[in-house]
Amino acid sequence: MYSEANENKIDELLTHYPVKRSAVLPVLYIAQEEHGYVTDEDVKYIARRLDMRVNEVEEVVTFYTMYSRKPVGKYKLQVCRTISCQILGAEAITEHLCRKLGTGLGETTSDGKFTVMEVECLGYCDLAPVLQVNFDYHEQVDTARVDKIVDELV
Amino acid sequence: MTKVLTTRFDLKGEACDIDVYIKTGGYAALEKAFREMTPEAVIEEVKKSALRGRGGAGFPTGMKWSFVPKESKRPKYVVCNADESEPGTGKDRDLMRWDPHMLIEGMLITAYALNARDSYIYIRGEYWYIKEILERAIAQAYERGYLGKNVLGSGREFNLYVHPGAGAYICGEETALLESLEGKRGHPRLKPPFPAVVGLYGGPTVVNNVETLAAVPWIISNGGDAYRALGTEKSGGTKLFTVSGHIVRPGNYEVPMGYPMSKLIYEDCGGIRNGKKLKAVIPGGSSVPIITAEEVEKCGLDYESVAAVGSMLGSGGVIVMDETVDIFETTRNLTHFYHHESCGWCTPCREGTRWLQKVFERMHRYEGRPGDVELLHELADKILGKSFCPLGDAAAMPVQSAIDKFREDFDRRIKHDLVQIKMHAAD
Repeated sequence: MYSEANENKIDELLTHYPVKRSAVLPVLYIAQEEHGYVTDEDVKYIARRLDMRVNEVEEVVTFYTMYSRKPVGKYKLQVCRTISCQILGAEAITEHLCRKLGTGLGETTSDGKFTVMEVECLGYCDLAPVLQVNFDYHEQVDTARVDKIVDELV
Repeated sequence: MTKVLTTRFDLKGEACDIDVYIKTGGYAALEKAFREMTPEAVIEEVKKSALRGRGGAGFPTGMKWSFVPKESKRPKYVVCNADESEPGTGKDRDLMRWDPHMLIEGMLITAYALNARDSYIYIRGEYWYIKEILERAIAQAYERGYLGKNVLGSGREFNLYVHPGAGAYICGEETALLESLEGKRGHPRLKPPFPAVVGLYGGPTVVNNVETLAAVPWIISNGGDAYRALGTEKSGGTKLFTVSGHIVRPGNYEVPMGYPMSKLIYEDCGGIRNGKKLKAVIPGGSSVPIITAEEVEKCGLDYESVAAVGSMLGSGGVIVMDETVDIFETTRNLTHFYHHESCGWCTPCREGTRWLQKVFERMHRYEGRPGDVELLHELADKILGKSFCPLGDAAAMPVQSAIDKFREDFDRRIKHDLVQIKMHAAD
């Protein structure tokens, strides 16, 4: 189902735990890495691979916010909205990104490249406001820095 | 001031390399524990240190460890809670990215004391790059024989794995974390039995915060009494505080327990930005009651002193707000957070946070009805102490304390009858 490297990775992950099911969170990241989001096929395959029922995988996927069951942009622009970022202007950053990319919050640009998202506390409160692009943190951002970050990805 | 946790922060990541870590005194505590101390002596030393859980609850660490039964049919586990998601807190992030081996060493000493073979670091998924830092450090520790079979000639095996979460605040609650680690939704478990008796995969398990475990090597090297002496009688040692918000120099600061909060804010952090005045502080992460600028003046940074002004030390996330902040808006922000993060398991929290948010939203539009402020207070009261896990309390306390101390910011949101009449007339 996945690349050889990723299949090996799954085999290795299974050695970490006494039960296979424990590997479901790390394996779901692999699925997203391969397909951009968690597909129906991924859910079925992971269930088989980890001796789980399909609904058990599904209930995990839908509980955790870092997984998506629908296609998302290649770059997830995640603006932290929680208190420390809020009082230092997070909302203006989000609005700026939406305007710049001509998209609504949670929507993906028509070229499939960007999804603008508001997320809860990212643990960078002392470096607020923070933007996370996929897994990369950008700290103490303002609209000018956000422009630069996005322009480099276009 | 003696530093326990941040001695290698100035190296800005160089200590991720095991050679640098060892050269700066690393793994000496592990050698000492393994060669000179019995597991019981390690636990005794931690008890003497008065170290308390740094994740938020502040439970005495040595006591938590002593609840683990000596004999167990099922394997025992040590789990590090690195799910750092409490708004206002970013301390474990720096501990792990700048000194990962200190955490590994602390966990190994803990695993030795409790006779556990396998340990896990449960880290929030967003900290993916820190997960990779930890994995590289762990690989080095295996190479040097600090992990693996027959560690330091003890004849015992120790393994350590990093496990990513995936964006769920609730997984910072220790039993929800264990559920998540077992590959399920992060729903909290009923306590008792406590994890120390029935934890991961049904085995006795100690779950400790990153900062708690990172303090263990220093305690073993220097003794529990020396650690305790750094702080106050009841709150031993030092603590890492994340200072955020309207502050000149935000960041992570390690200070002794009992350190004056005003000194931290006005001296270490350089005071309030842009010459503004302080309005309020949330002293221990978003879940604890808010305090006023006057209360900051008399508040010390230890569990007892913060409790004396009606709040809690919590995770040590100090959120500083200047006079321009509308406390209604910051409280609405937090209510949105708790509603979003409520796991849905129990009714008071799931429904209560939803109702709170509804009332907040209409007040946000300046459409609050007379009695809405009282309604918020009452709704919070219906959650407080009635939810399955502390997330409900964490949602309720900020609301009640904000209303009690900054009532005027809430009253402004109530639409008065005269305005209502005018608006109806305009319809």
